[in-house]
Amino acid sequence: MVEAKYSWPYGNEVGQEETIESDVLVLGGGLSGCFAAIAAARKGLSVTLVEKGAVERSGSAGTGFDHWESACTNPCSKVTPEEIAEAYVDEQDWYSNGIAHYIECREGYDRLLDLESFGGKIRDTEDEFAGAEFRDEKTKLMFAYDYENKFTIRVWGSTFKPALYRELKRLGVRVMDRTEATALLVEKASGSRQEIPAEKALAGMQEEKTTGGSQEESGNSVLRGIGAMGMNVRTGKFYVLRAKATVMAMSRPARVWLFSADTTGLCEFRPMQSIGSGHAMGWRAGMEFTMMEKTVRAEFSAAGRSFPPYGAGNNHNTWYAATMVDARGVEIPYVDRDGTELKTVSERYYPAPGQKFFLKGGVIDNPKYEYRGPETLDFEELMKRGYQLPFYADLSRMPEQERRVIWGMMVGEEAKTKIPIYQNYTERGFDPEQHMLQSYGTGWQSANFLEQERQFFGAPGGVMHDWDLKTNLDGVYAAGDQLYASDCAGFACATGYYAGRKAAEYAKTAPLGEVCRADVEAEQERLYAPLYVSGEDGVSWKELNMAISKAMQNYCGGVKCEALLKEGLDLLESFEQEIVPKLTAANPHELMRVHEVLDILTVAELVLHASLARKSSSVPLCFNRSDYPELDPENDRKHIVIHRENGAVTTRDVPLGFFGKLKTEYEKRNQDYIQEVAAREKG
Amino acid sequence: MKKVEFTVEQVPCSTAPLKYDETLCIGCNRCAEVCQCDILLPSAEKGKHPIVMYPGECYYCGACVMVCPRPGAIRLSHPLMNRAKFVPVKKTEE
Repeated sequence: MVEAKYSWPYGNEVGQEETIESDVLVLGGGLSGCFAAIAAARKGLSVTLVEKGAVERSGSAGTGFDHWESACTNPCSKVTPEEIAEAYVDEQDWYSNGIAHYIECREGYDRLLDLESFGGKIRDTEDEFAGAEFRDEKTKLMFAYDYENKFTIRVWGSTFKPALYRELKRLGVRVMDRTEATALLVEKASGSRQEIPAEKALAGMQEEKTTGGSQEESGNSVLRGIGAMGMNVRTGKFYVLRAKATVMAMSRPARVWLFSADTTGLCEFRPMQSIGSGHAMGWRAGMEFTMMEKTVRAEFSAAGRSFPPYGAGNNHNTWYAATMVDARGVEIPYVDRDGTELKTVSERYYPAPGQKFFLKGGVIDNPKYEYRGPETLDFEELMKRGYQLPFYADLSRMPEQERRVIWGMMVGEEAKTKIPIYQNYTERGFDPEQHMLQSYGTGWQSANFLEQERQFFGAPGGVMHDWDLKTNLDGVYAAGDQLYASDCAGFACATGYYAGRKAAEYAKTAPLGEVCRADVEAEQERLYAPLYVSGEDGVSWKELNMAISKAMQNYCGGVKCEALLKEGLDLLESFEQEIVPKLTAANPHELMRVHEVLDILTVAELVLHASLARKSSSVPLCFNRSDYPELDPENDRKHIVIHRENGAVTTRDVPLGFFGKLKTEYEKRNQDYIQEVAAREKG
Repeated sequence: MKKVEFTVEQVPCSTAPLKYDETLCIGCNRCAEVCQCDILLPSAEKGKHPIVMYPGECYYCGACVMVCPRPGAIRLSHPLMNRAKFVPVKKTEE
């Protein structure tokens, strides 16, 4: 059957240009972007928010999330923000974002209350779990992981994005859905370049090294962000977005090593279009990054070696602490950090004797003794004891409320679970009282990746920033997954609000910058070029993405060395020269995909440069250099901060503890907020 | 700027993430409005379900099903390789 030719339904606005002016511009409409916009709008400023998808359900938590970590200030918590933030920093060997974690611990619960006021559900108002061990009867808050200390809250996150969207509209934020930000607008002035940490007291421990490019051109110019440019991904309309301050909240990179041309949407854990465009735009504009050399052996790619997230038998995260059994139906024991076998389900939710609290959650994998919580026995130990594969999660053996909170609440509220897992499996006949769900392979992830299949997971690298979450570009702030060593939903919301607040303060006294017409014209030309390459002669975005991911597996995989990394850069540069001009797009949707891959190409180069800059190997960074095998030498226990200016790549060293004493430094800069919260609590 | 014509063709893929029930769908396009991967394009015919133009780009989040005002009008199915196995619980002697 020959189908009639379908025509593009959204109109054609290629070449049309509109300039929009606002006090604060927010790039990205996930959790952190929404909260950044809300914070700035609450200060009475005009705010524009740009989102490539549709804010109502976009971002990693578009369809939900099920637990909120580090809510240390909730009324039931027995831990302080300092305790948990400092524990994270220590657990991650100081390759951790102390500033952002502290903001999360200190302000996260305030954001949860915000969400509730917008119509989101954060407590068991219907008394579905009345009397449960994990529920506080007075506040009706429900807790996960550590029932003693109560700092992780189970939430109905599927209600959150629509609630945030309504609030943005109510506050008069200009929401531009289906608009892709493609480049920062930057203004140059004389003076000395901004450095992080900006504070004199925290600076002074850096040494600059420059490679390539022209020394005369690089350095010593103040760069100030004055907005961004972008494009409607349905019509091709071009936007100049002028702003006094800009908040970048555009996810972390993806599809750098993992690619499937067939099921591209399943390649990575986060949404298909979240591929690190903010990192790419930042790098092109001279923004500083750290820890971009850190990548882990992949953990999730349902296009190949893993299953739909939360959809296979396991006992982590959403599924903590499910009962696990082996092929014979024999229960797999949970042990505490001392190896003592736990007898009851309840004991899985309490610290060990002598332990104040334990850490679990998104970026906590195999914690140090001090923070290690209850866990099933190691795979090797299970094999020694005669346990047999495959393993299963068997919720039928758990108390009714624990079973129901995992299957039905957590699986149901976590992103990508309400329809794809809960509804789908139920329709297939899954009943948690009668069935057990299989695990695959040997670990809880139900995945088996090769060493060269890498991913940005477990607190990866990102934008370097100061205590205001400001980048080295004056007037440009960052939040959520855009930040280095980012974490989960609570982290995104808390840092988003904080960055929005600081950006608003900046915008109150800053002028709108002067946009350089040549920059606008160059970006238009770059953006539209693939529309003018015919499909027959051109190269598709998929072919280039596939080539980049193979190149990165070959040249920047599990084992790295100088010659390999340089060969990788050489190959990517040849793609820039020979392939990029041949990229083709037949409509704005394809054009969006082309530009995503161009951003992936930029990120791949950034990763290669960052990997070249670290001349040792590192356990916490999952970084292995065959030419520099020494592990974590004291001299290299530091941030190697990298940026590019006028074609030259420059690095400088920043001490891992550059953020200083968390509570003290936070309180120095946030008295206004502290007073606001105190007034609200009183009133 | 030189005028350019847009063209669009369904990009085939080896899986079918979404299927519409024509008897239930009212063609309101709410699914196409919320899809963050923008894989659905409104039908040229008013009242008909959108076209799954880019099925390989589906992220399997289920937002389209969640927003649908007519339950059952859209079904989301995982690729066959991703349908995790479950079996009846095994009772062991304690």
